[in-house]
Formats: sequence, C-alpha cells, structure tokens
Amino acid sequence: MQTKLEQLMGWVDQRFPATKMWNEHVGKYYAPKNFNFWYFFGSLAMLVLVNQIVTGIFLTMNFNPSTFEAAFESVEYIMREVTGGWLIRYMHSTGASAFFVVIYLHMFRGLLYGSYKQPRELVWIFGMLIYLVLMGEAFMGYLLPGGQMSYWGAQVILNLFSAIPYYGEDISTLIRGDYVISGATLNRFFAFHVIAMPLILLGLVMAHLIALHEVGSNNPDGIEIKKDKDENGIPKDGIPFHPYYTVKDIFGVVVFAFFFCIIMFYMPEFMGMFLEAPNFVEANPFKTPDHIAPVWYFTPYYSILRAIPSFLGTQIWGVIGMGGAIVCLFFLPWLDRGPVKSIRYRSIWYKLNLAVFIICFLILGYLGVKEATDGRTLVARICSVAYFLYFPALFILSKNEKTKPVPERLTD
Amino acid sequence: MKATILKLSAVIALALPLLANAGGAAVHLDKANVNLDNKDSLQRGAKIYMNYCMGCHSLKYQRYKRTAEDIGLTEDEMKQSLIFTTDKYGDATKIGALMQNNMEAEYAEASFGAAPPDLTLVARARGTDWLYTYLRTFYKDENRPLGANNTTFPNVGMPNVLWELQGWKKATYKTEKNEEGELVEHFAGFETITEGKLNDKEFDAAVLDLVNFLEYVGEPAKLVRGKIGGYVLFFLFLFGILAYALKKEYWRDVH
Repeated sequence: MQTKLEQLMGWVDQRFPATKMWNEHVGKYYAPKNFNFWYFFGSLAMLVLVNQIVTGIFLTMNFNPSTFEAAFESVEYIMREVTGGWLIRYMHSTGASAFFVVIYLHMFRGLLYGSYKQPRELVWIFGMLIYLVLMGEAFMGYLLPGGQMSYWGAQVILNLFSAIPYYGEDISTLIRGDYVISGATLNRFFAFHVIAMPLILLGLVMAHLIALHEVGSNNPDGIEIKKDKDENGIPKDGIPFHPYYTVKDIFGVVVFAFFFCIIMFYMPEFMGMFLEAPNFVEANPFKTPDHIAPVWYFTPYYSILRAIPSFLGTQIWGVIGMGGAIVCLFFLPWLDRGPVKSIRYRSIWYKLNLAVFIICFLILGYLGVKEATDGRTLVARICSVAYFLYFPALFILSKNEKTKPVPERLTD
Repeated sequence: MKATILKLSAVIALALPLLANAGGAAVHLDKANVNLDNKDSLQRGAKIYMNYCMGCHSLKYQRYKRTAEDIGLTEDEMKQSLIFTTDKYGDATKIGALMQNNMEAEYAEASFGAAPPDLTLVARARGTDWLYTYLRTFYKDENRPLGANNTTFPNVGMPNVLWELQGWKKATYKTEKNEEGELVEHFAGFETITEGKLNDKEFDAAVLDLVNFLEYVGEPAKLVRGKIGGYVLFFLFLFGILAYALKKEYWRDVH
C-alpha cells in the first residue's frame, strides 16, 4: 500500500512539483523556534480568509444585489428562511471584523520585531497591499446588506472622490455607475466584492507567502537564523514548520475560534460595532441617519479625514491626509534605518515613538466612532499630527540609534 | 516591552473617559427585561401585536407559520386567533405567507404624514429598551393632529394606539433654574386622566410582552443560536485540550 502511494507520488512529482512545493513551504521550511503569541496571527489571517471565501460563496447563493430593497430583503431571507443561513451570515459578518483584528495584530507584530526591515521589504509591501485591498473589499461588502449605514457610509466615502479637483464628479459617477448610489452601484460593488477583490487578495497572499519563504521568517529576537547553519545546511535555531508550527497553530486556531464563537453566537452585533443598529433599517436616500460612522476598522483614518479642515476652497486635504496615513506605512522599510530589528534590543526612543504611534492610532479609532465635537476634533488633530510624526521621528532616531547588543543565537 | 504595554494601557484608560463625556443628553430609557424562553409572553405579545399594531405595521420578512412554530402555537391556533389580514382576493392570509398587512401606502401617508414602517427589525434597529420606554410614554396633547404626543419620540406621527389598555395620561412639567440661572421647563412625570383596561403594572407587563415578541421577530435565530453556541464552545474546549496536549508532545524535543 505504502509503495503504491509512493509510486503515485513519484508519478505526480515527475509531472508537477508537489513534493518540492510541500517541502519548500511546509515540510522543510525552517522557522525560528522562538515564535511567541504574536506569531499566531499570520496563520489566523489565512483561516479567516478561507472563512470569508467559503461563507461568501454560500451567501451569494441567496443574495440578490439587484436593488437596495432586494438586497435588504434577501439578507433577511438568508437570516430567516435559508437553512443555517443566519449562521453563515454571522460567520461572514463576524469574520469581517475578525479579519481586521487579526491583520492589525499581525501588522503590530511587524512593527514590534522589525519584520519589515531588510531583507523582508517585499514581504511588508505585499502585506500592505493585502491590507489595502482588504479595506476596499470590506468597504464594498458593507454596501451589500442595503441598510441605512451601508448607503450613507458609501455616500460619505464616495463623496471623497468628488473632492478631487476637476475630475472629481466624473470619477464619482464612474464608480457609482449612476448619478446617485443606486442598484447599479450595488451590482458593481457586488461584482468587485465577490470576484475582483478576492482574486487580487489571493494572488497577493501567495506573493506574501512566497516572498516570506524565500527570505525566511523573522523572530522576536530579530536575528537571521540562516546565518548560523549546521553541517546539513539547516539553521541551528530553526525547526521544520511541519509538524512543529502546524500543531502549534492548530492550538492557536482553537483558541481563536473559541473567542470568535462567543461573539458570533452570543453577541453577533458586538454592541453595534460589527453590525450597526441603523443598518437594520432599509436604505433610505431621503433620510440621513443622525450619526454616520464607518465600521470600527476604518475609524482611525476617518478621524484623520474629519480632523483636517478644508482650506483653499477644497476638502481634498482631508482625503490626502487619510490616504497619506496609509501610504506612509508602505515606506517603513526605508524610513527605519536602524541596524537592529527587534524592539527587545532597540533604544527607549524607538519604544516611546512606537508607543505614541499606537496610542494615537487607538485614540483616533475611538474618536472616529463618536460624533465630532470641538474638544474631540482638537484631540483628533493632535493625534493625527502625532501619527504622522512617527515616520520622520523614526527616520531621524534610527540613524544613530543606541541599541543593546543583539545575541548570536535565539534567546528563548 | 511589558512596561511599554502597561504604560500604553494606562494612558488609554485615562484618556478614554475624558473623550467620552461630551455626548448629548439622551432620553432616559427603562430597561426591558426581555426573555425569549418565555413562550407565554411571546404568545401574549403576538396577540397584542396582531390586535393593535398589525393593521398599520407589517412584519413583511417574517411568516405566520414560522412564528406559530417558534412561539409554541399550532397552525390552527394561529389561523383562528391571530391572522386578521387578508390576501389580494380578500381571503384570510395563508399560514405560509409573509406577514404583510392591507394598508395602502398612499392612504397611510395621507392619514399619518408618513407610511408606518415595517417593524420586523425594529427591535434590532431601536433596541428593546427604547421600544419598551417609547410605548409607555404617550400622553394627551391636543396640539397634535391625532391628539397624542410622546416624550421618548417627540411629535411622533403615530397616535396612542394602546390607549384602550393604558388609559390617557397627561404630561406635567416643573420649572427649574438651570446652571445659567434661566428658568427651564422640565418634564416631571405623567398624571392619569382616564383609567384604561389595565392598571400601570399590568400595562407595563403587556408592553414588555409586546417588546419581547418584537425581539423574537427581529431575529428568530436568537431562539437557537445560544444553544448551538453552547455545544460549539464545549467542543472547542475539549478539542483545545487535545490540541494543546498534541503541541506539548511534539514540542518536547525542541527545547
């Protein structure tokens, strides 16, 4: 039996590099042995991606994107009449927020241990592109249930394009497919949400992984384990991804699934953060909700947008600020000139800078959920400035940074 | 690193309350202790809904049959006691049909200023506390076209539909000085003008039944999801123990 199977595998391998690919990416991919808590979120992001795709396929079977009315009705149809429909829908809606939780923690890990630094610049760039596409995917998906927040959230964001000088209105019309947000908009967002964006996302995830496996994983010590290999060419501090990290990640998956299920089964709206209350009212273009707020994962950027006043007769500055806040992250590998990767061996200035950045990001996120008042706008402005200062500060402080000595081998 | 995280969380903990206090003065809402396990309450709520609300407010995403099953009624009981609407031929609405009503949108707009909304999802959009409070805060106001106003939803287009049960109340006000020394009228409470069929306590209970029913209609899956969730979490807990043991076993030879 065993030999038959081996024969079959040999037959396949002569025609398709199955075993070679398995070994390169899993079986003989040597990962540092000291991955900690922060290293669960990469595999969890993959898990959530699969969850979104699979549940998404089943949702499409009963979703009707033709008009807002039809879309709203079909979501309720899924919630009430499709067998297990409510579960699939909640898996998808909870999964959307979980995706961003996992991705934000995954990115934070990158900042903690300098995973974006040489030689992993492209890993970071691909990751940032994934984040960008994911935001587009989430934005378009949020229009689909056809509720009040779906409609008015899209209204606010699509109006941003109108702020572009000269071509703004034309660009908005092109995106909407109509002079107002309508069934045409819903249809094209549906097409992008279920086909275009996921395809790009999958391609980018592959590029992210291939680039990572080419250079090898970073670790909490920020040491290149490939520099210290044994006589067989295997890194002394490396262990094969399978079985060590596969079994470890299975445990991580179970813990994640536990929290995921608590939210999904017992508080699927998550206090109005994952499913907003006004979105249980069908979209009405004649009735603006009292308070329009994007879903929580967009709120830091939304805060920056609101914080920047319009001057010279245009609102474009807020849009530039919001876009710039994301674009800046792309340049981290070159803004950080420090020789040391991990926060464990970096200076107090680096730690403080990062702490201020994260705190500001969180405060901006909090403010974005709330209505703007004078006091809050002031706080948002201060935090926006501090957010952007992270980048030049990093550029300057990392030049001649006083770092602690980095050990030769992994410490734990 | 630990110290950084600690500092970080301390700053956030200090900053958030400062940011949070700037909201507007919201209407006080009474807590609605809804309980979907109480089938009697759901049935009483359905009865009130069909008798007092359904004429204007449809439940167009929900079906009679499903409702009967979920609140513990037989199809015959549902047909005989709770289906008052008719289909386009004028026959009683079929049990398998969606719970739509016979009110024409044009007539509704002419009568109330705006068409009464469908209420299938109102409990999810407004929250049960809001509904419970709103339905108990109607009062007599001759200045309104339909003779009633509401402290929770001022100048609402809806008349006081439950007056028969609640009786009529009037709002009383007291004048107080505010912080700037100006005299401001504050709502002080309700006074009964005429008694209804129910006393205050009974009326509160009846409204709670109604809100309970609306909570159910808003999300019928809520009846089962908690239970299924329990099984799933139990499985994950056991699986988690096994997964941890497996990880431990494999990782013995790493360190």
